Amino acid sequence: MELFQNLALGFGIALTLTTLSLAIIGCILGTIIGALPGLGPSNGVAILIPLAFTLELDATQALVLMTSVYYGAMYGGRISSILLNIPGDEPAMMTTLDGYPMAKKGRAGDALVLSGVSSFVGAFLATIGLMLLAPILARVAFYFGPAEYFALYLLAFCTLGGIGAENQAKSAIAVCLGLGISMIGVDNSTGMTRFTGGNLHLYDGVDFLVAIVGLFAVTEIFVFIESRGKDSAIGVKLGKISIPIKDILATKWTMLRATIVGFTAGVLPGAGASLGSFLAYMSEKSLAKEKKTFGTGDIRGVAAPEAGNNAAAGGALVPMLTLGVPGSGTTAVLLALLMTLNITPGPLLFNERPEVVWGLIATLLIANFVLLILNVPLVKVFTKILQVPASFLLPGVAMVSFVGIYSLSGSYFDLLLMIGFGVLGFTLRKLKIPAVPVILGILLGGHMEVSLRRAMVLSNGDWTYLFNSYISVGLWIAAFIGFVAPIFLRSYLKKPTPTGK
Amino acid sequence: MIKKIKSFAAGLSVSFFAATSLFSAECIAPANPGGGWDFTCRTITKIMYDIGAYDSPIQVTNMAGGGGGLAYGHVVNERNTDDNLIVAASSATATRLAQNAYSGMTYDQVRFLGAIGADPGVIVVAADSPYKNLNDLLDAVIADPANHAFAGGSAAGGFDHLKVLMALGKKGFTDIAKVKYIGVDGDADAITQTVGGFTAAMTGDISGVVGFIKSGDVRVLASFTDERIPGFEDIPTAKEQGIDVVAVNWRGLYTPKGASDASYKKWTEALRKVGDSAEWKKAMEANGLAPFNKVGPNFQDYVVGVMAEVQALSKELGVMK
Repeated sequence: MELFQNLALGFGIALTLTTLSLAIIGCILGTIIGALPGLGPSNGVAILIPLAFTLELDATQALVLMTSVYYGAMYGGRISSILLNIPGDEPAMMTTLDGYPMAKKGRAGDALVLSGVSSFVGAFLATIGLMLLAPILARVAFYFGPAEYFALYLLAFCTLGGIGAENQAKSAIAVCLGLGISMIGVDNSTGMTRFTGGNLHLYDGVDFLVAIVGLFAVTEIFVFIESRGKDSAIGVKLGKISIPIKDILATKWTMLRATIVGFTAGVLPGAGASLGSFLAYMSEKSLAKEKKTFGTGDIRGVAAPEAGNNAAAGGALVPMLTLGVPGSGTTAVLLALLMTLNITPGPLLFNERPEVVWGLIATLLIANFVLLILNVPLVKVFTKILQVPASFLLPGVAMVSFVGIYSLSGSYFDLLLMIGFGVLGFTLRKLKIPAVPVILGILLGGHMEVSLRRAMVLSNGDWTYLFNSYISVGLWIAAFIGFVAPIFLRSYLKKPTPTGK
Repeated sequence: MIKKIKSFAAGLSVSFFAATSLFSAECIAPANPGGGWDFTCRTITKIMYDIGAYDSPIQVTNMAGGGGGLAYGHVVNERNTDDNLIVAASSATATRLAQNAYSGMTYDQVRFLGAIGADPGVIVVAADSPYKNLNDLLDAVIADPANHAFAGGSAAGGFDHLKVLMALGKKGFTDIAKVKYIGVDGDADAITQTVGGFTAAMTGDISGVVGFIKSGDVRVLASFTDERIPGFEDIPTAKEQGIDVVAVNWRGLYTPKGASDASYKKWTEALRKVGDSAEWKKAMEANGLAPFNKVGPNFQDYVVGVMAEVQALSKELGVMK
């Protein structure tokens, strides 16, 4: 009963003209920001924060605008992943694996609609989860110490082997490269700098947005130049645009499972949306009987990461609101916004400021519908991008990439670094080494290392500390299975498999 | 509504085309939006203009990188004679300068303008912790340092770490390399590690733990302030408990070294006016800042004093040579 009262309060706030229009504006801006390479949800929200102050919005309105941008960007990231093979932001990276091949087969429209619907399912259910479970889930963070986090990241890396369908060793090389890059910067445990060459620009490490734009967008441009425009990725066929009801129904359980995996990853502080979409994709792949279709435009490979990353986005709001611990880069920026608005997130936020929390939840529910309506019919508009000749489109992508990255820190060094990553990406592509594990290495490697070292400090160097709780033991077992299973499965799969899915 | 849309458009153009030519002065926040330095720039410059202490709006620029070192280098190398530039700083700036973490740049390459508020340092334990006061905790750490770790929001050797070491130093404990500290991502994260029972205590700033104090999840053993913090009068100071350590994370500004004396004076006066204003008092209260007013040359002396202490501890700790 109390829940409905609270919801009524929330909708009372959300359904005013101002709040509603802010949500719509936020969704549109967010979708654009998400789709542009180099502008992800976190810097998109950061760039728009001054807007909230200029408009003199009150706390709830500001939060509504910013979270709409956040959700919008999570939806928007998939568009360029599918159409251009360039992820709009880091959580959309996994969508390139099957989304782009699907588009190449002439099903760009279907891929966009399907991923739009999966995004909706993930985000909508996650918002419900946030509404019902936030205060309980908040306590989960107290059970995750350094040892548990280490096991969680280990799980992610152990399942990585299956990502590059062709050659596991090449995936491993790519991961190691990413892990190496993640070590650049000031080491938090000793305060010493590593691999910076004394360059101040590298003290904070390599920003993964710089890496992702370099490895994907800039590489694409190089490939285009090399082949004099013939061998461009932008060779996607448009395909007819209809609502692929069959595909949506076929992936309903995929979406649901991915939502649960993504939401759980989001709730754990530090894991975030990228881990959510990654684990959703990998778990779906390991559940599938026929794995060969993954990476070649499998509908499950499109639905799972999108449901997963949007659910993680919702999940990440749980620790931010109830503990003040940001679960992802974007929630860190949102947290800062809350603090500036004199709202202290914490265990009591739900009781002290119900109008903020429930207004936010109601808006998120509405924003989801706005985004669904915005994204499905607008697929036609998005796919128009494909009719732009590559010789016009790619210079545009180049420009957006440079402006986006420059807006991060306002330093030309990041631009040089981005070009460097472009060269690296080009080399990797020539060697047929996948770029996705590199990014995951950069994204998660630092967290994993730091967790291990914290665990070692706490245990005085005793390794058994890593297996000290049920949670960590469970994660270790899952990681072990994730690592070993593909080796056995491969020999099994070589035998003729029964027909069917 | 139309007014809203108009200001929306204005906001858009401001955020996307933040051209410096519109503004006559600039405040650099050496970090991304959100967080302490950004707050310092945005709040102080806004009040400065609102109360008429400065006659035009001041542009806020975010220049993240190198823990503030990038902005520091920019000011020293490219803006050394800029009369219309202020930069946000805090205890972290002084700590990093003292530890030579800005690739060889030193504190005397800029001029510290002043600080008008501070986030008091605190030591916090979980509500079910056996330690009821600071001495209990410190004695336990001294007796068995291997099994009493601290969690804090700054890197090892950072300000949160040093606060603990200073307190232990007052108890005559000098084997500081034995003290276990894990640097996590911010105060709230340090609290979850402590409430979760992974570390014995948390060291941080009071603004980061307010929500947890109210919810009853934690107990604050001591604040590192001269007097009890307004609004938190039931928290004893470390001084009262015989540990004479004052460690606050001050929020202030510096200006370029080569800027004219006239401009330094002008900025000092403007900052002083902000510090005395009712608007600033309100902002301080909302953000858990305690009064801390040191503006002008005596602030420079204060910074130099703190840096000497930080340097001595850091050398002993091995975070600098």
